[in-house]
Amino acid sequence: MSEDPRGSFEGKHEFTVIGQPLPKIDAWAKVIGETKYADDLFLPRMAYGRLLRSPHGHARVGRVDTTRARALPGVYAVITGADLPRVRFGILPVSQDEEALCTEKVRMVGDAVAAVAAVDEETAERACRLIDVEYEPLPALMSIEESLAHPEVRIHEYGDGPNVHKNVSLQFGDIEAAFARADLVREDVFFFEGNTHLPMEQHAAVAAAGPDGKLTLWSSTQTPHYVHRLLAKILETPAAHIRVVATPVGGGFGGKLDPFAHEIAACRLSQLTGRPVKIACTREEVFYIHRGRHPVLMWIKTGFTRDGDITGCHLRTWLDGGAYGSYGVASTFYTGVINPVTYKMPVYKFEGARIFTNKPPCGPKRGHGTPQPRFALECQLDKAAEQLGLDPAEMRKRILAEPFTKTANHLTVTTIGLGECIDRVVEASGWRTKWRGFRSEGASTAPSEPPPEPGRAGGARARTRRGIGIACSAYLTGAGTAVYWNNMPHSGVILRADRSGGVAVLCGATDIGQGSDSILAYLPAEILGIDPKDVHVHPADTSLTPVDLGSYSSRVTLMCGMAAIQASQRLREVIAQAVARKLEVEPGALAFRERKVGVAADWERAVPFAQAVELAETTHGVLAFAGSYAPPKRAGKYKGGGVGPSPCYSYSACVVELSVDEETGEIELHDVWIGHDLGRALNPLLAEGQIEGSVYMGIGEALMEGQIFRKGVHKNPSLLEYKSPTTLETPEIHTFLVETDDPEGPFGAKEAGQGPLLPVIPAIANAVYHAVGVRCDEVPITPEMILKGLELRRQGRPARVGPARIPVFTFKAPVVVESAFGQPADAIAVRPFQP
Amino acid sequence: MMRLPPFTYLAPRTVADAAQALASHGAAAMLVAGGTDLYPNMKRRQFEPTVLVGLLAIRELRGVRGGAREGITLGSCTTLSAVAAHAEIAAHYPALAAAAGLVSSPQLRNMGTIGGNVCVDTRCNYYNQTYEWRKAVGFCTKKDGAICLVAPGSPRCWAVSSSDTAPVLWSLGARVRLHSPTGERTIPVEALFRDDGIEYLAKRPDEILTEILLPPADGWRSAYLKLRRRGSFDFPVLGVAVAVRMEGDVVRDARIVVGAVASQPRPAPAAAAALVGGRLTPELIARVSGLAAGPAKPLDNTDFTHPYRKKMTRVFVARALASLAGLAPAGWPAEEVA
Amino acid sequence: MKARLSLTVNGEAHDVLVPVHKTLLEVLREDLGLTGTKHGCELGECGTCTVLVDGAPVLSCLALPVDLAGATITTVEGMAEGGRLHPLQQAFAELGAAQCGYCTPGILLTAQALLADRPSPTRQEIREALAGNLCRCTGYTKILDAVELAALRIGVPR
Repeated sequence: MSEDPRGSFEGKHEFTVIGQPLPKIDAWAKVIGETKYADDLFLPRMAYGRLLRSPHGHARVGRVDTTRARALPGVYAVITGADLPRVRFGILPVSQDEEALCTEKVRMVGDAVAAVAAVDEETAERACRLIDVEYEPLPALMSIEESLAHPEVRIHEYGDGPNVHKNVSLQFGDIEAAFARADLVREDVFFFEGNTHLPMEQHAAVAAAGPDGKLTLWSSTQTPHYVHRLLAKILETPAAHIRVVATPVGGGFGGKLDPFAHEIAACRLSQLTGRPVKIACTREEVFYIHRGRHPVLMWIKTGFTRDGDITGCHLRTWLDGGAYGSYGVASTFYTGVINPVTYKMPVYKFEGARIFTNKPPCGPKRGHGTPQPRFALECQLDKAAEQLGLDPAEMRKRILAEPFTKTANHLTVTTIGLGECIDRVVEASGWRTKWRGFRSEGASTAPSEPPPEPGRAGGARARTRRGIGIACSAYLTGAGTAVYWNNMPHSGVILRADRSGGVAVLCGATDIGQGSDSILAYLPAEILGIDPKDVHVHPADTSLTPVDLGSYSSRVTLMCGMAAIQASQRLREVIAQAVARKLEVEPGALAFRERKVGVAADWERAVPFAQAVELAETTHGVLAFAGSYAPPKRAGKYKGGGVGPSPCYSYSACVVELSVDEETGEIELHDVWIGHDLGRALNPLLAEGQIEGSVYMGIGEALMEGQIFRKGVHKNPSLLEYKSPTTLETPEIHTFLVETDDPEGPFGAKEAGQGPLLPVIPAIANAVYHAVGVRCDEVPITPEMILKGLELRRQGRPARVGPARIPVFTFKAPVVVESAFGQPADAIAVRPFQP
Repeated sequence: MMRLPPFTYLAPRTVADAAQALASHGAAAMLVAGGTDLYPNMKRRQFEPTVLVGLLAIRELRGVRGGAREGITLGSCTTLSAVAAHAEIAAHYPALAAAAGLVSSPQLRNMGTIGGNVCVDTRCNYYNQTYEWRKAVGFCTKKDGAICLVAPGSPRCWAVSSSDTAPVLWSLGARVRLHSPTGERTIPVEALFRDDGIEYLAKRPDEILTEILLPPADGWRSAYLKLRRRGSFDFPVLGVAVAVRMEGDVVRDARIVVGAVASQPRPAPAAAAALVGGRLTPELIARVSGLAAGPAKPLDNTDFTHPYRKKMTRVFVARALASLAGLAPAGWPAEEVA
Repeated sequence: MKARLSLTVNGEAHDVLVPVHKTLLEVLREDLGLTGTKHGCELGECGTCTVLVDGAPVLSCLALPVDLAGATITTVEGMAEGGRLHPLQQAFAELGAAQCGYCTPGILLTAQALLADRPSPTRQEIREALAGNLCRCTGYTKILDAVELAALRIGVPR
C-alpha cells in the first residue's frame, strides 16, 4: 500500500465518515454539563490565587512590600517578580519582553506585579489590596501618534526605533510603473479599531507541583506546547519535568495563545506552597490579557485598468501594538503579505510598522492581521468599481487569482474556489436585481435624494433604505513556519489499536470548540472502516501526546489531519497484512468498512475489525503507529519571506443585505450569504458552524465591538459595555460550502474557521454605502458615523467618514524582490517525515 | 470570579418587619429585592452594606391588583417579567409593559422587580466599574472620591438615571406608596426623584417602596421608545415615554418624559402643552419633538456620544407620538414600539 | 454570616451550610460539585450561569440561595431523565449547536423554559427568548436550528 498520505483515497468520493454531518465526539459531554473546563477543576488542598495588577499605565516599580498581605490569616504565599527567575519571555523569540510579575516597570494598567495564594478567592483578593507597591509614574502613551511624538519616553528599549517595535518594507516589482500603466489610481485611508476575542470562558489555570520537583499545569490554553516550552524557560525547570494539559477551551479565537502571568504565577505559587493553586481570571482581567485585534491605520494606493484589473498595489499599515510584543512581528507582516492571494496583483509593495503603546498588548485574533487590510482593499475595490462603472461582483470575478500559481510576493497558491463562491452568493442573494433595484434611480451611484434631517419629518415618512454589498477574501490554512525555528514536525499523532477493536488517538492538538478532537476521530475511522465512536481521542497533554504546535493559524485540521492519516495508513497496512495472510489474498484486495476487514470483491469473507486487530497484534506485537506532518518548505527567498506561506489558502465571498435608518443611523442586518472554499467539508456541520461563527464575529467587529481607552484606562472592560452581538443583532446566515479538493489537505480539506470572517466587514461597509451613499472608511461603523455622513451629503460634500491623516513616519528602505506573479506553483515537494 | 463581600442577610416576612429592620440598622443596611442592580454593584464594591434587608419573602409586595377602569396597583416586588406579560397592563398601559419588557435580558427580568427598576442606581461609565478600575482612573465623587470625572469642574455628580419604567410611570401619572416605621405616604412618582447622581431618590432611607399605583387608564394612550446599542442587556441611554389622552383625533392631555439623559427622568411640559388641543399631524409632531428635546442634557458618560443621544431625543419623541397617531410606517424595530 | 439551607436541585434535596453572601452559582459549583453551571462575568451581563428556578430562567450569579428555600432548582445536570437526554440536548449535539460548549448549559436551560411555555415557538420568539445568552462561537444559527428541531420532536414524539 502507498505511504502517500492521500494514498488510495485520492479522488475518492464514496466516504462513510468524511462529509457526514456527524455530532462532534465531545458534544454529548458538553450538552450534559460534564465537560471539565479549567475552572471546573477542584483538587484536594487546592489554594486560590489572584494577581495584583498595576493601576498605572506606565510607571517604574519601586519597593513592593508584601508584609501586610502575608500576615493576613488564610494567606499561604505572596510572590513578586523577585520570587521568579529574572528572565524575560515572549511567544516569539524576537520579542522576549514580558515578565510575569513586573520588576522594573509596568507598561499598562493591568500589568501584574504580585500574586497571592490563599485559602479562598476572597482572602486572596483581600490580601492583594494589602500589598504596598511604590510606583514612580511615567507618561503613558495611549496612541500611535503619542508614541511617535515622544521618543524620549521609551516603553521598551528594543525595537526598530523609539517605541517602534517593527518596521518592515517589502517590494515586489516596479510599483511606479504599475501605477503609470493604470487608467485609475485610487489612494484611500482607512482605520480599523482594535477589538478583543471575548471568549465566554475567562482564562483559568490550575498548577500542581509535586515534592519530586515535577509540575503539572492545567490551563485554558490554545497552545500547550508553547506554554510548556516557555514555562521551562521562565521557571528554570527542565521541560522534561513539566506537564501542560490544555483543558477543553471555552472559546479562544486567538486569545489563549501566549503564556500568561496567571499561569506562571500559579506554577510558582504551587511550587512554594506545595499545594495545587488555581488562578481564574475575572472578565476585566481578560480584557487586560487581550492579545486581540490590532487597531490599524492604513493607506492604500491601487492602480486599475478600465476593465477593473489591478496593475499594482501599495499598502502602508500602522499597528497600535500595545505594551508588549506578543505575536506582533507576525501580525505586522500579516497586515501585508496575504493581500496578493485573492486577486491578480502583479506588483505589490507593503510597508508596515508596529508601535508600542501603554495598552494591553495586541496579538492574534481570528484572521490575525488580515481583516484590517482586507477591509481597506475591499472597500477600495467597491469605490473603484463605481468609478469604472462596473458591477463589483463581476469585477471581482474577473480579477481572481489563478490556481496553482505564485503571487507577487512568492506565495504558492493551489486550488481556488472563489469564483464559485461568488457565483453562489450572487445567485442566492439575488444580487443582480437588488444591486440595481434598491436604488430608485437604478444606477450604481449614491442615492440622489437628500436624506431628511433627524426628527424633522415628524415621524411620518419611510426612513430606512436597503443596501447590498459584496466582498471577498483569502486566508491561510496553517502557517508554514513554527513560531520558533526548527525542522521538527508541526504536528504528530500516535494511533494505538488493540484486540478490543478500539483505537486510541494521541495528539497535542487542542479543541477550542472548533472540533479538532472530532476530526482526529473521523479520519482514522474513515481509513480503518470503523465508527468514530470506536475511536478514543486523547488530546493536548504534553507528557502523553506528540507535539502539536497549537490551535492557531487554522492549522489543526490540515496538519493534525495529515499526521492522523499517515498514522492510520501505517496501522491499516499492518492489519491488512495480517488479514491477507489469514484469508490468503493480497493485502491490496482488502477493504476496510462496516467495522470489518475483508476481500472487497467477496465481502462474505470479511472478518470483524476487532478480530483483524487481534490477527495483527498476534503477528506484529503491540500496534502503535505514529504519523508526522510538516508543511512544504515554500518560504520566499527574501528576508520576511517566512510569514505568509501556507500549504494552501481558503477563499470566501460574502454578500450582506441590510437597512440603514436615515434618522437614527442605526443599521439592521437582514441576511448574510457566505460562500467558502474549504477544499472539502470533512464534516459539513462543523464547517458551517465555523463559518457562521466567523460571520458573527465579523458582524461584531463591523458594527459595535471596540477595545477602547479613555483617560489611560480601558473604557469598557465588561460584557455589558463591550458590545457583543446577541441573537437579536445576528441575522440569518446562509452558508455555501464550495469544495475544491486541494492536493495539500487531508482528503482535500482547507481551513474554515478564520477566513470567512474577513469579507463580512467590508461587505457591510459596502452595503451601507449602497443603502445611503455614505462611505464609512472606519470600523466599527456607528450610528453617529452614518449621521455624520448623511449630514455631509446634505451639505453637498463628499459623504465619507473615516481617518483624515496618516502619521509622519519613515519606513525602512524596502527589500526589493522580483515579483513572482503568475509563475507556476512549485510541484508538491517530497514531504518531510515520509519513510 | 467576582464575588459578593460578606454581609448579614435579613429576610423579614412583613413590610412592617422590613421597615423595622431597616430603621434599626441605619446606614449600614440596604434594601434588596431581585438583586440584579445591587449585587453587581456590590461585587464591584460600589456599595458595601453590612446588612441586607431582603424583600423577596414578603408576599404582600408581589402581584398586580385592580384593573384599567379603577386603576392598577403593582406590588413593588412584582417581577419585570410579570409586569411585561400582564394582559391588563399590556392592553391599557402599553408603555409600561413595553418598558418592563425592554429591561436588560429575559433572565434578569425574571429576577428584577418593578420597584427595583424604579429605584435603580444611577449609572455612569466612570462609576459602574470595579474597585481596581476606579482606583486606576481616580475615584469619583459617587464612590470613594472627590470629583466628578465627567464634569470635573462641577460640584455635583452627573450619573444617569437609567430606569426604563420610571419615565413611563411618570408619564402615566403613577403614584408610589412608601412605608416607614413612622407611617405610610403616597406621593406622585415624580416626587421620588432628585436631580443628583448620588442622592437621586427623594425617599428617606428608612422608607420602603411598597406599591406603585396606576391611575385609571381613562382613554390615555402611551408609548415608550428606548435607545441602546443592542436589543438586549443594555441599559437605556435614552428613553422616551409619551402619554396622550385623545378626544376623537384631538389631543386633550399629554405628558412627555425623557429618561437616561440626566440624573432623573426629565419631563417636557412645554412640548406636552403644545400638543393639547391639536391633532397629531406630522407637522405638530415635528414641532413638539423639537421642544421635547430641550430638557435632555446628556453628558459623555454612557454608551453612544452625548450629542447623538441629544439628537435622538427629537427623533424618538417624534416616533413615539407618530406611533400613537397611527402614523408609524413599516420598518420600525417592532420591539421598541409599544 | 452562615446559613443552613435546604436546596432542592435537580429533584434532590441538599442540606448546605454556606455563607449567605455566596451566590447560587458559587454554591452549585463549589459546594454541590455541579460544575455544569458556567460563568462568564458574574454580573448578570452574559447569561452563561442561567439555571431554572421553579421553571424560570434566572442568573445564578445574582441569586442568593437563602432566598431559594422551597424552590425547585434545575441545572444542566438535571435536564436528562434516567439517562435519556432532553430533546434539546439531543438536538444541540446532533446539529453542532455546542461548539466550545461553555454557553451551552445556560442556553439549554433557557430554551427548555421557552419550550415548556411555548411548545412551537417561531424563530423570532426563540431569538427573543435567547437574547440574554451570549455565545461567541456559533453565530447562534445552529442554536436556533436545534431549538426548532427539539420543538418539532417534542411536538411529534418519535
